[in-house]
Amino acid sequence: MAWANNVLRVNLTEGTTSNEPLNMEWAGLYLGQRGLATKYLAEEIDPKCDALGSGNKLIMTTGPLTGTMASTGGRYSVVTKSPLTGAVACSNSGGFIGAELKAAGYDMIIFEGKSPRPVYLYVENDKVEIAPADEIWGQSVWAADEWLHKKYQDPLLRIAAVGRAAEKGCLYAAVVNDLHRAAGRSGVGTVMASKNLKAVAVRGTKGVGNIKDPGAFMQAVNAGKKVLAENAVTGQGLPTYGTQVLMNVINEVGAMPTRNMREVQFEGASKISAEAMHEPRESDGKPNLVTNAGCFGCTIACGRISTIDRGHFSIENKPQYWGASGGLEYEAAWALGSDTGVDDIDALTYANFICNEDGIDPISFGATVAAAMELYQIGAITKEQTGGVELKFGSAEALAWATEVTCRGEGFGLDLGMGSKRLCEKYGHPDLSMTVKGQEFPAYDPRGIQGMGLTYATSNRGACHLRSYTVSSEVMGVPEKTDPLVTEGKPELVKAFQDATSIVDSSGLCVFTTFAWTLEDIAPQVAAACGGDWTAESMLEAGERIWNLEREFNLAAGLTAADDTLPKRLLTEPAQTGPAKGNVNRLHEMLPKYYEVRGWNEQGVPTDETRQRLSL
Amino acid sequence: MKLVFKLYAGLTDYLPPDAVDNKLIIEVSEHNTAYEVIDRYNVPREMAHLVLLNGVYIKPEDRNKAVFNDGDTLAIWPPVAGG
Repeated sequence: MAWANNVLRVNLTEGTTSNEPLNMEWAGLYLGQRGLATKYLAEEIDPKCDALGSGNKLIMTTGPLTGTMASTGGRYSVVTKSPLTGAVACSNSGGFIGAELKAAGYDMIIFEGKSPRPVYLYVENDKVEIAPADEIWGQSVWAADEWLHKKYQDPLLRIAAVGRAAEKGCLYAAVVNDLHRAAGRSGVGTVMASKNLKAVAVRGTKGVGNIKDPGAFMQAVNAGKKVLAENAVTGQGLPTYGTQVLMNVINEVGAMPTRNMREVQFEGASKISAEAMHEPRESDGKPNLVTNAGCFGCTIACGRISTIDRGHFSIENKPQYWGASGGLEYEAAWALGSDTGVDDIDALTYANFICNEDGIDPISFGATVAAAMELYQIGAITKEQTGGVELKFGSAEALAWATEVTCRGEGFGLDLGMGSKRLCEKYGHPDLSMTVKGQEFPAYDPRGIQGMGLTYATSNRGACHLRSYTVSSEVMGVPEKTDPLVTEGKPELVKAFQDATSIVDSSGLCVFTTFAWTLEDIAPQVAAACGGDWTAESMLEAGERIWNLEREFNLAAGLTAADDTLPKRLLTEPAQTGPAKGNVNRLHEMLPKYYEVRGWNEQGVPTDETRQRLSL
Repeated sequence: MKLVFKLYAGLTDYLPPDAVDNKLIIEVSEHNTAYEVIDRYNVPREMAHLVLLNGVYIKPEDRNKAVFNDGDTLAIWPPVAGG
């Protein structure tokens, strides 16, 4: 088996640590990472607890393939109850810390309670230490990272940390690892900071063993890598252009949410696209994109490493940002750009750097700024709140300012840190919040891609594209093309994507492999590593089990079918341009059928038959 | 009549140097097909994965049919994905 069979439990209230074997019965049902940690969470906390109280727990978790030689096998997740949504949160990240944790001998770390003072956790194989973090509390992720590396004099120390925004209560703060990878969504960083836990530093030298059948594993892994290399998307498109290649695609199909989702096409899309990142700048002849980058064990390497024009207003007097760092991914470029109406790629890259430096989710942040800009436009927010800043759509200066004050938790940045839902409620226009279950939308307008409306409405962690990426089918034609403006067949499509993604997120692999792989490619790798009866069919069933487990957590937390909906704007205000012109999202045509194919009753509750079938 | 012709991502190299923002305005007739335009710029047909006319997907079996109207936009990508 590829699990380390070792859980590290950290009681922050008492300042104690302990080890225990992994619950292998649950591992057989939920595999690892997202599924298994959610099972632990559901069993150990009251779903109705205060997400920022000591009763909540925070789990950093790997999958069985994390740290192995499987391609993309470096993923880890942070699982907790979200302060943004009140629902279950599972945020997935790449980089290197997941593999390092596994190599140190742990499947997961469960943090419980709340430390009376700021601390960080240091893990070096069997040596585990809870140490004072007074010197880095109040500092950014990047500053904390540098301090820890200097303290331990170990360049291979892998660090995950929270920044100032999390400390100041920003509800969409991320846990940033390896400087610019992040467990980004749902405020998992806010929970970490609420426990006075600043950072986790890990060094593991044990390696990852326990592979059930090493020969079969190597064979399955090599076959999988061949498929990734020969696929046009994972072998060429993603390494060269990254996820940002979607900017022009989604704009062309008329599903580009623009200016707080009032419009579905952005006139400045080409200026902030992947193609634009390759174009030499006038000032120095260098492009925004320096190189691509890969996470641990990845043979795709979609990551972007970028620089900002040194003459740009955002950094001309800030040499600390003149070097290369994590560049724009599509979701960040959309939220910081199209949704705020800003087409200045240097300003977006600057905002992205700062989001990484202090650990906030650029999707929720950009969407919240967009809502604030609309509130400013209608006069609900004025210069009195912004301290004189003109918070206009399209203003790169306003975006840069908003990023700085939110990341530092200063002034109006505290309002922006509440997220779009609470911001719009505070200023008297709740309908202007483009959220589901309190979490902001990603970069696909559900008026132009109908299946994504159902995806957002039913996502267990609030609006999210990574819970069932039907864009793959509805726009890109992977695995097969479906019509984005049709609702027929979408409930079944959404369910299939949700179940498959749930189990991929539980394996230690990256979901981007599924642009080339099916579960038929993944199952042999899992089976050879873990033993047991892991087939494409049993993995899909486990995925369905995980989805229902998350649903039951949310129901127990107090969410209901009434939360499975979309903002009024998307249900009543038709798209005005592009192929979707005249369309709203027709959620009502999909949701009842979705409940039916899920085996849920009309209130969206899993039936007894469904629960028994899935061994819940 | 005029057609706005766009090539993106790995197909950018097939555009002539006077293209701006991945875009070119070309002359076509009402009898022309998507494949004829694709061939005119030497884009390998197998690389023309996502073919959109005014943002709407043209199925491979329809790429040999005359479908253009004056002012239409034909945009083409190789296999791409993201998220």
